[in-house]
This record gives sequence, C-alpha cells and structure tokens, in this order.
Amino acid sequence: MIENTKIQRAINTHQETGVHPIGSAGSQHKTIRTGRRTFLGWFFGIGTVSIGAMLSVPLFRFALDPLMRTTTATSWSDLGPESDFSETSIPQKRSISITQVDGWRKVVTEKPVYVIKKADGKLIVLTSVCPHLGCAVKWNDTGTQFKCPCHNGVFTTEGKLMSGPPPRDMDELESRSVDGHLQVRYQSFRQLVKIKEELA
Amino acid sequence: MTMKSQNNRFVNWLDQRTGVRHLTREALDEPIPGGARWAYVLGSGLLYILLSQIATGVFLAMYYVASADHAHTTVEYITKQVTAGSFIRSLHMYGSSAMVVTLVAHMAQTYFFGSYKGRREILWLSGLILFALVIGMAFTGYLLPWDQKAFFATAVGTNIAGEVPIIGDWLKELMRGGTEMGTLTLSRFFVAHVFLIPGCIFAFVAAHIFLFRKAGSAGPMDEHPFEPKQQTEQFYPKQVIMDIVFATILVGTLGLLSYLSPVELGPKANPADTSFLPRPEWYYLPIFQWLKYWNGASAIIGIVVIPGIIAALLVALPFLDRKLERRPWKRPVASFSFAIVICSLIFLGWQSGHEDASDPAVAKQLTKQSEETAAFMKAPFTPELSGGTLTAQNAALLDPQAMLGKKLYANNSCDGCHGENANGTDVGPKLIGIGTKFDRAKIIGLLKNPTQKMRDGNMDPVDLPDAELDKLLAYLNSLK
Repeated sequence: MIENTKIQRAINTHQETGVHPIGSAGSQHKTIRTGRRTFLGWFFGIGTVSIGAMLSVPLFRFALDPLMRTTTATSWSDLGPESDFSETSIPQKRSISITQVDGWRKVVTEKPVYVIKKADGKLIVLTSVCPHLGCAVKWNDTGTQFKCPCHNGVFTTEGKLMSGPPPRDMDELESRSVDGHLQVRYQSFRQLVKIKEELA
Repeated sequence: MTMKSQNNRFVNWLDQRTGVRHLTREALDEPIPGGARWAYVLGSGLLYILLSQIATGVFLAMYYVASADHAHTTVEYITKQVTAGSFIRSLHMYGSSAMVVTLVAHMAQTYFFGSYKGRREILWLSGLILFALVIGMAFTGYLLPWDQKAFFATAVGTNIAGEVPIIGDWLKELMRGGTEMGTLTLSRFFVAHVFLIPGCIFAFVAAHIFLFRKAGSAGPMDEHPFEPKQQTEQFYPKQVIMDIVFATILVGTLGLLSYLSPVELGPKANPADTSFLPRPEWYYLPIFQWLKYWNGASAIIGIVVIPGIIAALLVALPFLDRKLERRPWKRPVASFSFAIVICSLIFLGWQSGHEDASDPAVAKQLTKQSEETAAFMKAPFTPELSGGTLTAQNAALLDPQAMLGKKLYANNSCDGCHGENANGTDVGPKLIGIGTKFDRAKIIGLLKNPTQKMRDGNMDPVDLPDAELDKLLAYLNSLK
C-alpha cells in the first residue's frame, strides 16, 4: 500500500514536471516553474469562478423575479351607490369583476357577492362562497334565509349559520363607502375551518 | 496531513476515474509555433460570446412565449418588468452583434494570415458553415420580439428568399409557414433559433475545435503551414492570459453597453401598417443597400448569382489556393480582393445611412418610427387580457336564451363547483366543450340523474322545469 502511493507520487511528480519542454534546466528551476504554474492555475480558477459568479448575478435575479414580486393587494371593486341598497332588507346579488395579474397577463373573473342591509341600517357584503366546501350559497327568495344547494347549509339574512354542515357563518368581505359608493375588497377564505382565515 | 497532499490525493482520485490530468494537459499544452500572440484571441473570444449567448438565451426563454399573440407582450414584460430583464435582453442582442463582428474578424484574420492553407480545407469549411449558422441565428432571432421592426425586416428577408429561381416561392412559404407572415412564421423562427441552429452550432463548434487541434496552430504568417519550424510555446499560460483578457474586455464592454444603453423594443407588429420603413440590424445594412441596386429582371444577378459566386469562391478557396506562401504581400490577388470586399461592404453600409439621411421623406418617417419606439418604451407595462376567461362570457351574451341559461347556471350554484365561466375548479370539472362531447339527451340525463361518480363528487340532481332546462342547455352548448 505504501509502495503503491510512493510510486503514484513519483508518477505525479514526473507528470507535473515532465510537461515543460521549454526552459527545464536544473532541478531548482523546475520547482520554481511548477510553483508558478500552480499559482497561475489557482489564479485562473478563482478568477474564472468569480467572473462567472458576477455574470450569474443578473441571471439569478432574472430567474428569481417572480419570487421577489410582492403579491399585489386585491383592489377595491365598486358596487354602485349606497342608495341602491337602502330600500330593501332582502340581500342583493351583485357580480364584481376581479382582475388577477398572472405574470404578463391578467385574468378577469366575475365573483358573485351579496349586499345586505342589516337591521341597524349598516351595509355589509358577504361572499357567496360557502365556508363548507365552496359551493355558491343561494338566496332563497321564497324564504328569509340563505341556503347552500350542495349540502343544505342554512344561514340567516345576515349570514349567520343556522343549520347544516358549514363550520362557520358566511364570510363577510371588507367594504367601505367612498363618495356615497359602496366598495368591496374581494378575498377568498379557507374552507372547512371554524375560524375565518384569509387565503393569499 | 498538509492541504497540498490532500489536494493531490483528491486530484489522483478524480484522475483515475476521469483522466482529467490528461485532458487538461491536452487542452493547455497545445504548442503554438512562434509563441502566443494577440492575433489569436478571436477564436476563443467567439467561444466566450457563444457561452454568454447560450446563458442569456436560455434565461430569456423562461419568460418568452413564441406566439404572435403573446411574443411582444412577453418581451415587453421582460424589458419593463422582470428584474435585470432589460440587461439580459440587451446582453443577448449586443452579444449577437459582437458575435457577427468577432466572427468576421476571425475569418478575415484566417484569410489574411493564410491560416487556411496546408491540409486545413475541412477546418476552413467547418468555419464557413459556422458563419452561415451564426448569420441564420441573427436572422431568426431578429423576428422573435415581434415588434414593427422585427416583423417588417423579416417580411423583407423572406421576400428576398422568394427571389431565388425555381424554388423561391416554395422556400418563402417554408420559412413563413404559409404565404403570409403570421404566428406560424414566429413558431418556425423560434424553433430554428433555439433548437435547430444551436444544435448544428454545437456539433460544428466541436468539429471545428477538433479539426483545429488536429491540424495544429498555424502560427505567424511567415511559418510553414504544416511543418512548423519556429520554436513553439505552449497555449498555457501566456496565450490563455491573452484569451482571458480579451474575453474580459468583450464581456465587460457588452455588460457596460447593456447597462448604459439598453436595447429598445418597438410597438407591436401591425401588418396593416403600410408606412413602416424596415431597416435591418446594422451588420445587414451593406447587403440591404446592395439589394437596392438590383431591380426587376436583374434581381436574380444581385440576389442569387453574385452572392452565389462569392460563396462558391469562399468554399473553393483552400482547394484553389494550393500555394504554401502565407505572407499577404506575396499574395497580391488574395489580399487585393479581400481589401475590395471589405471596402465595398463599408461603403455600402455608409451609403445606406447616407441615403436615409438625405431623403427628407425617409428621414422623417425614420424619425417618426424612433419617436414611436421611444414613446412605447416610456409607456408603463400593461398585462395582456387573457382571452380564455372571456370567451365563455362573450359566447353566452350572443344568444339571449344562453344568457338566461347563464343566470340559471349561477342561480343554481353550478358555478360554485364548475367555475364562474364553467372553466372548472378544484371541486368540479370544466364544462367548456360539453356540447360537443355529449348530445342533448345525454346531458339532460346526466343533469337529472348524475352518475355515482358525479354524486360522490357532490353533484346533486338538477331539478328544473323543462323550459329552464332548455335555457341551461343553450348556455352549456354555447361554451366552446
């Protein structure tokens, strides 16, 4: 084993020095040249790697762009003048257009919401997505309640859970009044959990 | 144990498995007759540019979409939105110019030094093929941003191909994927630019380097082409230093240029625009100007015959010129014709710019075009409206029956699972195209009596009067 390594080392030395046909006079000279070559080798190695790393910085930033992009906050959608909803206490269904930016394109989807005038006159906006499994909750015109047609979840006029499998009340959306217009910020919420939890 | 011996042990281990020592020696100990020179840096400079083009090109493809609908938007997105996008795209575009310039210089140097002589015919031919491939890359890449400039320059370029006798029309249609420029043209150019031509380039670069090493470095112009007499110097370290310095200057210049003067993108291609004046990339200007002189019946001479003769002469060069004399002053015919070609190209390029500047109508239109480009570059990026989501809505609105059906679709909470526009969701399949998949009776049957699988997926029977069912079906059938 020891013999073997010795031989190998001898071969290596021979290989390292044997490749310099020019200016190989005297053993001392050889060592200097080998040392300089090793240094140059390291110099080029480190130089090439660092130049490569510098060039790859913009490429990495380019590739990681979607990760660094903060998801744009959902904007406010207009639901019309507040006076439209002050007449009746029956929930009004409205469709709002949600624009989602997906890289270089945008996708427009329509989302149904309910506008409800509460007993105290305050307007609230509920999403029609059932907190159970995501079916669209329907206003039961004949009665005075919301009913999810999928699994018979029943909610009051103001969206409070009355019966059925849903784990919580209907989800209220953030709304505000700007210049007499009702605006809503559309969001999605996790289904099948007791506490309302916003999805990014 | 010292670090050095540890290092040696690792290299030994690696060498026994890969033969890396032999490989590096082969690469670095190449003998150069007459020693290292700055004149020899062009070939390896081209390799560095090629690497940069590959890296930037692959990354650009991460955001690019090769379709007439989206190409321009995605390039605009890269240029205006993506971090470092403008820089990477500029690096790629300036890189293409650098590639053409360095390639012409490399070829000129080989010609001028007589380095194609002495058993180097195939080496020279592989270089010519690489030249053609690089020109092909420049031509196909130019169309990809799909802006006005790209569209009309390529329309002209493919029209020129149409002038070739006998096969011209066929060639033009093959390139365009039809008689007119369109999305199929873009797909073809994209495939040529990122798959076909690069594949050929890799193969021919490998062949070119192999043949170069086989023939050996030609050395200075007073050296014998295949029996070098001058004292040799190894490639490493002096020539390597020169090559790396040159590569650093190249990459640094390209980087600085890309950073300080990023390339622009013009407004989206509008095929109906009749006033647009296309101008090719600057290195094509001499050819562009040349083609102006050949009209009508004589076009064949200018487009096919003369370029054909020049190409044939280049191919035949190492076979015709069998003398071993390499010094340019002893090869007056070769040197003189070389000087004529270079001077004509410079003159033609200058003439092209001069004519554009001295014709007021042309100058005005070109100014207008560059103003439009500048205005487009200033405008903020607006995402493209996705068509898919709107098709269903629009279709439904065309037919009043279907519109009522859409209301029923929403009121019965079909949208809860099948999606607002029947695009499908996590809990329900999409219904677009259902009308072509099943007939009316089958759909009504499924609505009234869902299969067990549908019931398991929470699909309840739809209990509607026949009149309403008709409307719902009208809506479902409109979903295409």
